[in-house]
Amino acid sequence: MTGVGSKCRVCKAPAVIDLPRHNAKFCAEHLQQLCRRQMAKAIDDFDMLSADDRILVAVSGGKDSLAVWDMLIEAGYQADGLYIGLGIGEYSTDSGGYVRRFADERGLHLTTIDLRTDYGYDIPTAARATGRVPCSACGLSKRRLFDQAALDGGYDVVVTGHNLDDEAAVLFGNTLRWDIDYLARQMPVLPATNGFPKKVKPLIRLTEREMAAWCLVRGIDYVVEECPIAAGNRHLSYKETLNSVEAKSPGSKASFYLGFLERMAPLLAGQSAAAAGDLNECQRCGSPTTGEVCAFCRLLEKSAAHEPVPVEMMLTRGKGRRR
Amino acid sequence: MKVLLRNPRREIEVDGGRSVDRLLEELGLDREAHLVICNGTLVPGDARLDDGDTIEVRPVISGGAD
Repeated sequence: MTGVGSKCRVCKAPAVIDLPRHNAKFCAEHLQQLCRRQMAKAIDDFDMLSADDRILVAVSGGKDSLAVWDMLIEAGYQADGLYIGLGIGEYSTDSGGYVRRFADERGLHLTTIDLRTDYGYDIPTAARATGRVPCSACGLSKRRLFDQAALDGGYDVVVTGHNLDDEAAVLFGNTLRWDIDYLARQMPVLPATNGFPKKVKPLIRLTEREMAAWCLVRGIDYVVEECPIAAGNRHLSYKETLNSVEAKSPGSKASFYLGFLERMAPLLAGQSAAAAGDLNECQRCGSPTTGEVCAFCRLLEKSAAHEPVPVEMMLTRGKGRRR
Repeated sequence: MKVLLRNPRREIEVDGGRSVDRLLEELGLDREAHLVICNGTLVPGDARLDDGDTIEVRPVISGGAD
């Protein structure tokens, strides 16, 4: 490599990344400074965390969850990790390895749940047994188990690594369908209510590209390969669409999502309260639910009784793609 | 120069003497969705890549959603 001409906007050292939405390039140190400030602003703006909170970070082995765990620890928060082994073949084996190495190298407390060992099913089997798309079965399982672990462990708040791209893509989908209930609930802080723990998303002001860059300059190894059974899902196509807009008009994703939070979400606040409605206790597990048996217990019942489905069977459905 | 691509993991050989942005454009890859690492170091879009460099083009889009 020769002739690296661009300089960091802050210190004029050689830049490692250009961020068109900030109309600037940054060296490794000032990229980190930008990320720290953006996370701190999100936490402050939405009153996400207190200095003495006990935090449970939902970690997957991917860049976002490891980055947010790293950033919280660096900022002085008390944050433990929870990893759920989803049973998605080598992908899960590799993901778990990255999480364990991250925690071990830093002396951090990590709890691990294995779906197959602890609950008698895995995500490929759950998807097949329930007829849900894999991401739906995965999301339902993770939400429930993170909630339960936070309540059982006495944690004040669950942190997830959802970033600006994630939230903008979900907002895009909800807007395409004008799904008012989902739009009303798409907030970066969900307060502790009705037996659910508080949940927050400190990375909403940071893009996937910035989080991947954070991991690279901090020396954090993470699973780069995409989940083999997520490929081709709608969420990913929304991200690609938004990135094509971003390429022509840098800053569009931030304007779309952060503008929604600032100007539209307050108008939907009443809808959110109405949508919450009355909740019952699940007849099986006692968790809050709108019906008699919660969605997780229904999934568990069908999945644990189903013959295990190898992940390879999920890959033969023509969903693979190159990027 | 050797260029490592991901998802799926594969390696291709590309002539040097081009910028990072040009490489991504020629590969048909979105800059917003990728980072480029040259000889182990993250590099910006105008960095010049040469023959003999080892390049990784790393996608950054991840995650499913229900």
